[in-house]
Amino acid sequence: MSWPALYTQLVGANRHSTSLGKIWLSVLFIFRVMVLVVAAESVWGDEQSDFTCNTLQPGCENVCYDQFFPVSHIRLWCLQLVFVSTPTLLVAMYVAYRNHRDKRRLLQEEELETLKKRRLPIAGALWWTYACSLVFRLLFEGGFMYALYVVYDGFQMPRLVQCDQWPCPNLVDCFISRPTEKTIFTVFMATASSICMVLNMAELAYLVAKAVTSGWRGWNQ
Amino acid sequence: TPLAPPAEPDLESKMNWGSFYAVISGVNRHSTGIGRVWLSVIFIFRILVLVVAAESVWGDEKSGFTCNTQQPGCNSVCYDQFFPISHIRLWALQLILVSTPALLVAMHVAHRRHIDKKILKRAGRSSPKELEHIKNQKFQITGALWWTYMISIIFRIIFEVAFLYIFYLIYPDFKMVRLVKCDSYPCPNTVDCFVSRPTEKTIFTVFMLAVSGVCVLLNLAEVVYLVGRACQRCLRGSDEESKAAWISQRLSSYRQNEINQLIADHTLKSKFTVTKKSPTEKGERCSAF
Repeated sequence: MSWPALYTQLVGANRHSTSLGKIWLSVLFIFRVMVLVVAAESVWGDEQSDFTCNTLQPGCENVCYDQFFPVSHIRLWCLQLVFVSTPTLLVAMYVAYRNHRDKRRLLQEEELETLKKRRLPIAGALWWTYACSLVFRLLFEGGFMYALYVVYDGFQMPRLVQCDQWPCPNLVDCFISRPTEKTIFTVFMATASSICMVLNMAELAYLVAKAVTSGWRGWNQ
Repeated sequence: TPLAPPAEPDLESKMNWGSFYAVISGVNRHSTGIGRVWLSVIFIFRILVLVVAAESVWGDEKSGFTCNTQQPGCNSVCYDQFFPISHIRLWALQLILVSTPALLVAMHVAHRRHIDKKILKRAGRSSPKELEHIKNQKFQITGALWWTYMISIIFRIIFEVAFLYIFYLIYPDFKMVRLVKCDSYPCPNTVDCFVSRPTEKTIFTVFMLAVSGVCVLLNLAEVVYLVGRACQRCLRGSDEESKAAWISQRLSSYRQNEINQLIADHTLKSKFTVTKKSPTEKGERCSAF
């Protein structure tokens, strides 16, 4: 169970998205999940083993690392991607529920097949489910970006941190491995995240506009 | 050549979470709605998070465990004393044990299908279309299947709670400490040992326990839902139940030689009318939910 399995689940749910939703899914998987897996994970791979403090005192490096990196960037991004992908499954569950409900009324074989393959128009309760899923996506994206910003005081990774936790004997200099590369990737992932947020907001605006222009009668289908 | 050893099956690639997922999601068809939500929570918020995130946090738990001594062997002994079993292994075991009761339901459904197929074959209606229909038939959660399903949910709850309790016994505080003091042989005296990434580990421990709690709640909700549905059916007398489903349910509870006898002696239709007249029928139906 890993990223490819999640991808198959989401692609299945994608059938009922708008075009912006499909673009969002591609941006998510190509610019975020793939970059995370093939590039970012190797940049952060030696984050603890190469975190060096100017002291021989055993335990000082562990403690200083823990103080400055409560949660690693990689883990935050993994959790962000998992949480951001899940609202789409809300839509998939609703569609499955609708198909199940409609199945009870139709009994012929051929109609059951077309039922599974049909694409429901985004109106009525499906519109609300879809809009809720977009709102949740925005909340999770924004929430995680804010958490990253707060925990690391911005998106830049410093080269040097000064630490005086016990058992470090006094104020020690600790050096972070690959700070520039980490800054570049942090900025890249933050940009991709913002693009996804912009796409989600555009999709929400599009849905609202569609609902308004098709009139109130379209809502009661 | 006949003497060449058979190719070893590629077990490495078969025994992983992916194939486990394939096995368990087959059970999905016969679950209730809540059961499907529970299954998604298990796979996305527990197994996926475990594989992509938690395993790398605990990856260097032993190499990053440093003791303030140069005495060889002290590191290993102290690590072993404070971490008898790693969180990751406990979670993996918990996930495997919690997911497997669902296979009870799958086995029961397979057994029912097998019986139905046999009945149809003996009644002479074994065309491929009928057999296909049996394979794709979705069973109502009533009768013996209801009991199997309930038992599987109860086991799920028991395993989840048991593991939460074991977690509490081994690691009484859900917070991971930064420092442990250790004085087992061969450490020369009481040594300070430092754990790697304690804060990150605390965050993930709390997350996994929270999702565990959510799963227990989902299972309890499912129990309540099933009991409610059964009571509802009992009170209404379930007249809407289709006759065909009823026949297959009744017939599948007979033993094999009785099936032979009744098909040999009567037609299916006359057997149905005979039992309908029996006075205990309605009470029997109710007790089997």
